Amino acid sequence: MSERSHDAILATERARRYRAGGALLALLAVIAAAGHYVGVFDGARLAQGVPALLELMGNMLPPDFTGWQDWIAPLIDTLAMSVAGTAIAVIASVPLAFCAARNTTPSAALYHGTRNLLNFLRTVPELIMGILFVAAVGFGPLAGVLAVGLHSIGMVGKFFAETVEHADPAPIEAVRATGAGPAQVIWHGVLPQVLPRFLDVSVYRWEYNFRASTVMGLVGAGGIGFELIGSLRILAYREVFAILLVILATVIVVDGIGSALRRRIQ
Amino acid sequence: MLEIDNLTKTYADGLQALRGCSLTVPGAEVVAVIGPSGAGKSTFIRCINRLVTPTGGSIRLDGTELTALGERGLRGVRRHIGMIFQEYNLIERLTVMENVLAGRLGAVSFMQALLRRFPQADVDRAFELLARVGLEGYENSRADALSGGQRQRVGIARALMQEPRLLLVDEPTSSLDPKVARSILALICELASELGIPALINIHDVGLALRFARRVIGLSAGEIVFDGAPAEVDEAALSRIYGADDWRDAFRQEGEEDRHVAGEGMAS
Repeated sequence: MSERSHDAILATERARRYRAGGALLALLAVIAAAGHYVGVFDGARLAQGVPALLELMGNMLPPDFTGWQDWIAPLIDTLAMSVAGTAIAVIASVPLAFCAARNTTPSAALYHGTRNLLNFLRTVPELIMGILFVAAVGFGPLAGVLAVGLHSIGMVGKFFAETVEHADPAPIEAVRATGAGPAQVIWHGVLPQVLPRFLDVSVYRWEYNFRASTVMGLVGAGGIGFELIGSLRILAYREVFAILLVILATVIVVDGIGSALRRRIQ
Repeated sequence: MLEIDNLTKTYADGLQALRGCSLTVPGAEVVAVIGPSGAGKSTFIRCINRLVTPTGGSIRLDGTELTALGERGLRGVRRHIGMIFQEYNLIERLTVMENVLAGRLGAVSFMQALLRRFPQADVDRAFELLARVGLEGYENSRADALSGGQRQRVGIARALMQEPRLLLVDEPTSSLDPKVARSILALICELASELGIPALINIHDVGLALRFARRVIGLSAGEIVFDGAPAEVDEAALSRIYGADDWRDAFRQEGEEDRHVAGEGMAS
């Protein structure tokens, strides 16, 4: 009896191993097919590419910083875009988050509506939004601000809503018990609990938005990216490299400021 | 005067927490509600200020029927019912003063509360109450910097800030050590008799209940199975409330009911 059940156990184990092996093989096949489709296995082309890449890198050196004065204004534009875009996102996200949180939403319809809106905003990449806003309000940072801001609402609103849903219900119950109305319950019971996390998410999003703002210029939506694409078009690779280094340096600075700010919250 | 008649509560998932409870508290009286966990104590007390919506029966406070009230009327009544909680339910990141003033939220306009412009009379009263509960000098401390006993004193001051006509007290001592528990319960009873208002206190510690209450209600499986003076609580009464087997075993703290009470959320 015990031997037969032991066999049964071994057979189950074996079957599980076969299934796992089959799944792994299928996964590898999908990866191989995808790689082949995009030409990763095209040895000849890759072999051609390597010298071309080396040549390109050679063309980029040494970086050419002679045009640096022209980059200051676009860098400030980029910084302003990230700050303004984040502010728009945060201001719009607060009311949306209370609608999109199960414990504070005024109605189920509004809950699902805002959730879907946030999902939609998150789905449309900011570059696509940049293209649309350039068409709507013309070239320049305004289009970039609107694109960065609108896209950010999707993520900031969702994080805010999740924070609200995780708020401790006990103090909220206490505020309700005093006879406070719904707005007062949110203001006194919920907001003090979620504010630190709201600030943390906002600063984090600002760091992200600065990186997003650096490429907005590629679609004409203002900032340092505009200089980058300009230099690329005239094949001034040494200038391109210099601009990339400048962007890298400012991203590091912005991330540093962001982490310092977030450490001070709590 | 608080009159409760045939109160029932069945939760959405079919749990019958209350099966027809009736109780009249004529005037200033400290009533202890005892019973095993899951007996319906939390639900009972929360039905009175409708943090939990009762399924049936009636509740009258000074003649006003509470079960029929709409949103606005309900807020008006809640304004005069002070509540004290097991976990204090303070807003941890705010100061002691702001937590006490929260007791006036039902009485001030949203704009006043938004700008934290409470009338000077309220602020004066908050200072007095904090001194009365022994927290003079702690006004600007953050709530999360206080000890458990001190936090419960803030909770008491917040409830009194409402100028209550009734005090609902839910397991005020379960999170405190025995010595602090006694002093907190003594304070609550003292204040209730000073104000001349009834207090309903859920408490699982029978010893404390008998020592401080003037009347004891025993809840078991959603029904009131005992109602009498502390002196009448004998072994027969206790086994009726907690079951015939060694009732001391029944003194557990957390139960099914807590989850249900929390599940009623912010609906009203």
